[in-house]
Amino acid sequence: MPGLASWKAGPHKTVFWEPLARFRPNPRVAWISFFHSTPPLPPSPLQGDLKMAVSVALGTARHLWRPALLAPRSVQALKDSNRRNVASPPPAKYGGRHTVTMIPGDGIGPELMLHVKEVFRHACVPVDFEEVLVSSAASEEDMKNALMAIRRNRVALKGNIETNHNLPPSHKSRNNILRTNLDLFANVIHCKSLPGVATRHQDIDILIIRENTEGEYSNLEHESVSGVVESLKIITRVKSLRIAEYAFKLAHEAGRKKVTAVHKANIMKLGDGLFLQCCKDVAAGYPNITFESMIVDNTTMQLVSRPQQFDVMVMPNLYGNIVNNVCAGLVGGPGLVPGANYGRNYAVFETATRNTGKSIAGKNIANPTATLLAGCMMLDHLKLHNYASVIRKAVLASMDDPVTHTLDIGGQGTTSEAVQSILKHIKKTDLGLMQ
Amino acid sequence: MAALMGVRTAAACLLQSQSCGVWRGLGTSAAVLQKQAQAESPKAEGVFPVTMIPGDGVGPELMHSVKEVFKVAGVPVQFDEHHLSEVQNMASEEILDKVFESMKKSKVALIGKIHTPMEYKGELASYDMRLRRKLDLFANVVHVNSLPGYKTRHNNLNLVIIREQTEGEYSSLEHESAKGVIECLKIITRAKSQRIAKFAFDFATKTGRSKVTAVHKANIMKLGDGLFLRCCEEVSELYPKIKFDTMIIDNCCMQLVQNPYQFDVLVMPNLYGNIIDNLAAGLVGGAGVVPGESYSAEYAVFEMGARHPFAQAVGRNIANPTAMLLSSANMLRHLNLEYHSSMISDAVRKVIKVGKVRTQDMGGYSTTSDFVKSVIDHLHPHYGI
Repeated sequence: MPGLASWKAGPHKTVFWEPLARFRPNPRVAWISFFHSTPPLPPSPLQGDLKMAVSVALGTARHLWRPALLAPRSVQALKDSNRRNVASPPPAKYGGRHTVTMIPGDGIGPELMLHVKEVFRHACVPVDFEEVLVSSAASEEDMKNALMAIRRNRVALKGNIETNHNLPPSHKSRNNILRTNLDLFANVIHCKSLPGVATRHQDIDILIIRENTEGEYSNLEHESVSGVVESLKIITRVKSLRIAEYAFKLAHEAGRKKVTAVHKANIMKLGDGLFLQCCKDVAAGYPNITFESMIVDNTTMQLVSRPQQFDVMVMPNLYGNIVNNVCAGLVGGPGLVPGANYGRNYAVFETATRNTGKSIAGKNIANPTATLLAGCMMLDHLKLHNYASVIRKAVLASMDDPVTHTLDIGGQGTTSEAVQSILKHIKKTDLGLMQ
Repeated sequence: MAALMGVRTAAACLLQSQSCGVWRGLGTSAAVLQKQAQAESPKAEGVFPVTMIPGDGVGPELMHSVKEVFKVAGVPVQFDEHHLSEVQNMASEEILDKVFESMKKSKVALIGKIHTPMEYKGELASYDMRLRRKLDLFANVVHVNSLPGYKTRHNNLNLVIIREQTEGEYSSLEHESAKGVIECLKIITRAKSQRIAKFAFDFATKTGRSKVTAVHKANIMKLGDGLFLRCCEEVSELYPKIKFDTMIIDNCCMQLVQNPYQFDVLVMPNLYGNIIDNLAAGLVGGAGVVPGESYSAEYAVFEMGARHPFAQAVGRNIANPTAMLLSSANMLRHLNLEYHSSMISDAVRKVIKVGKVRTQDMGGYSTTSDFVKSVIDHLHPHYGI
């Protein structure tokens, strides 16, 4: 079963119905391997020809050897790869109700997810959650189940899973495994000053797009000589172009004016240089959007001194991690900003700074805003815009009342008080007409 | 403050009732009850629109029962009624379009059986089929569940039948290729097979079931049903926690009447689904007690599990409203109205469990209206005090 094989294989193998994956020739089918042993086939740029040849071969094979159509599934799979969109499975949406995977994670994750469910129930949101429990102690099997659950539902809401860095290097961050396996290449966070929260800077409205799957997070480290460790940072043209294209497209759709690429090309001339060049190439296609580049150290300084100058920012993985945290801090901390990870097929929503919040877990003092707003981003992704805006408005409106502010933004309120106040605001809106 | 809000909603409801036939004649007692019900439900205000097609045979009578129960239960649902029927000369493209427009708003419908006459009048596709295709209602779900207190040959049955209902034998493609030779085309496509298989597994995951059985006839229709089977196999790989099994249709029928407890969720193409739906409904007490529902990505339609117009019972007040009431309760659950949903389904189950009021098909002597009245009496624990 080739489909199953692709599950078990490493992170870069894809699901059986993704057209490219299906095209991978299967040596087990006799006539294909025959095909392979004959003339050396041209590599990827001429894949179209190869496809054609295969389809021709398939046509003849079907005439000569009719039962072949029945026996190996890969024959059928190959045939489908010639047509586009055929094999893409429908998302889990039936009768207008969606199923979404929920991974509560560690720390404050589980309690906040309960609040999300409560708020969704009160707003009559047509979403059902399929809960998958994965924690830092979970086995590989659990992780595989979580990945599969996201693959079948396509969308997930997730708390952070703690990574223990005292374990041997073979133990990778589960959050990272999830992102790379599902190829969630774009991490998007929107840092916007909230009206009710007192911060040092006002009127911040920055959209940060971070490459999520390569760079320093490639998990490639080794000790080449005793006492010398090499960590590989990988920058590829394909992924850089992909993230730059994504950033400009998003900026264009959101009506933004400026995109700033953050890099360190003065030191990493080749790696970050390639990233910068890719951004420049893509920028040429968007004449209406100003393109700027800024070195990462200067960026952080500018962010804390004059953050209003930034509009949309795009950057490789580690810089994104740092800038995300700086920006979240500017608008009030980790409890306020939601984040989203988008891939071609899947989307996972979580808080922007991906904190586990172990120290405040179980004390009913965590700020539910970030997780609830992540839920709103998820509803927007599912095109349930009405529900998203009702909940978002309720969350923002309840921020106006300082009594419900939680500890992290200088209040005395508890999580449940904040949620109750949000529910009260939801109740004021007429839900029956939203259907 | 709360009392004021209640009065406001009741007034709003009465105002709406003037424009809508459903609520006509709504008395003050119902309005008071509505206030009571809403105080307990998480949803305070707002009325959900629902499309209704009463259909043929006993359909209109059953719909009337549903409306009565809803009225007393204070369900915040407003029906948008459309009459579509082929036997009463009420079928036309315009009505179909109107239904479609209404569904676009409400997304949810409660419908009776739209009868399809057997004679051929130049149109192969019936209005029932056309409605299904227009809304793309690909998945039909029949939850066959024994009712406690009502003894049949098999008790404690709990299985779900999921049927593809837009292609297969129902594609309305028939022609006479040579004189005296008719070809009926049965269409099986990969996309639709994958879609129904995924639906079945998603349903099993959501409802916490452990096994999915694909029913087929791939030993004879090696390509058509073979494709269906292969799609089910492929999709099953995504759900390692759910067991996947296959069974040939004829054997499946035998197993169902001999040992139905071995099944959990069954998924199958169109015609097999039709047969198995009826067979399984018969196991737990017939067409009158089994609810059903159909889904597309956007829409959900709630109906009877085994769809029959039951024309011989029209006007005799003997139809069994159990299936339609349970179906309407499922609809309320779909609309997030958990409270009202369980109130109605609990009441129906209680009436059957007590066993004093039963319609003819269940071996009793009561009329439809007696049954409905009994359900209403059981709606609220405090009702009538």
